[in-house]
Amino acid sequence: MKIAVNGDAAEVRDGLNVLELLAERQVKMPDMVSVELNGEILARPDFATTIVRDGDQVEFLYFMGGGA
Amino acid sequence: MNLTDSQIERYSRHIILEQVGLAGQEALGRAKVLIVGAGGLGSPAALYLGAAGVGTLGIADADAVDLSNLQRQVIHHTADVGRPKVESAAERIRALNPEVTVRAYPERVRAANALAIMRDYDFVIDGTDSFAAKFLLNDAAYFAGKPLSHAGILRFEGQLTTIRPGASACYRCLFREPPPAGAVPSCSQAGVLGVLAGVVGCLQATEAIKYILGLGELLTDSLLTYDALAMRFRKVAVRRSPDCPLCGDRPSIKELVDPEEAACELRP
Repeated sequence: MKIAVNGDAAEVRDGLNVLELLAERQVKMPDMVSVELNGEILARPDFATTIVRDGDQVEFLYFMGGGA
Repeated sequence: MNLTDSQIERYSRHIILEQVGLAGQEALGRAKVLIVGAGGLGSPAALYLGAAGVGTLGIADADAVDLSNLQRQVIHHTADVGRPKVESAAERIRALNPEVTVRAYPERVRAANALAIMRDYDFVIDGTDSFAAKFLLNDAAYFAGKPLSHAGILRFEGQLTTIRPGASACYRCLFREPPPAGAVPSCSQAGVLGVLAGVVGCLQATEAIKYILGLGELLTDSLLTYDALAMRFRKVAVRRSPDCPLCGDRPSIKELVDPEEAACELRP
């Protein structure tokens, strides 16, 4: 099925949950990413139980603490 | 407030803009913007807001200028190494535009002083370099009811959002709490492209000016991400979270407290 990750089209297998998607996309530190699914921020405990569906828009939002 | 002849000349490229005009320039002159952190983000923001004629600029920073700052913190010069950053920043802004009132706060903004410092300002710019400070400013802006430009930078990437507390998504709507200490690299550990700070700090200054002038669309309910290597800007739509611990339906944060210190406090 086709989804969009950070605006880029991606082909992923059916039944993938968000935690598995993070691993598949080689996000090294998934604890450091907020995930927005179709405009809603997902609670971290829901990553493993939220199944990605065809056409979903997924945004990985990364912590960035710099500024000085 | 009536502009003098020299002010009309100084600000002529603003005044000639239909959307700014004399009234807009006078509004800038009455405005007060607080910049927390006179570093990579705060330097360009302070210089451009000073040049733009923002009447009062507050600069808060507890640090002294270090040689390793000068690759990006363009408000400080080589001769300033060792001086308090608020001193060299204030001197540079006054030299650029003597009409700006600069208030220096040579202290770290914390729960104990944040609300008192913010109280008198119209708009706050987060130019800090730690998660603890960024969460604190987000929370303080909420309790003080002050609009805030949040930004973060790392390596070749940056991101920013504008927050109108209670009306648009806050930093905690997106990132609930600071990451565990050491989990995310800091700029001193990971590095940062100097000019990246300039780009993002200038975007923050743009938001402050738009807010003061009531122009255009603020970057509220949006996270703008910038990848300097791909030269790609993306605007990610975000929204207030009913589960936000600060501005959600059942908030757990009811007063301002200092978040735990995290990665970016580490010194090289």
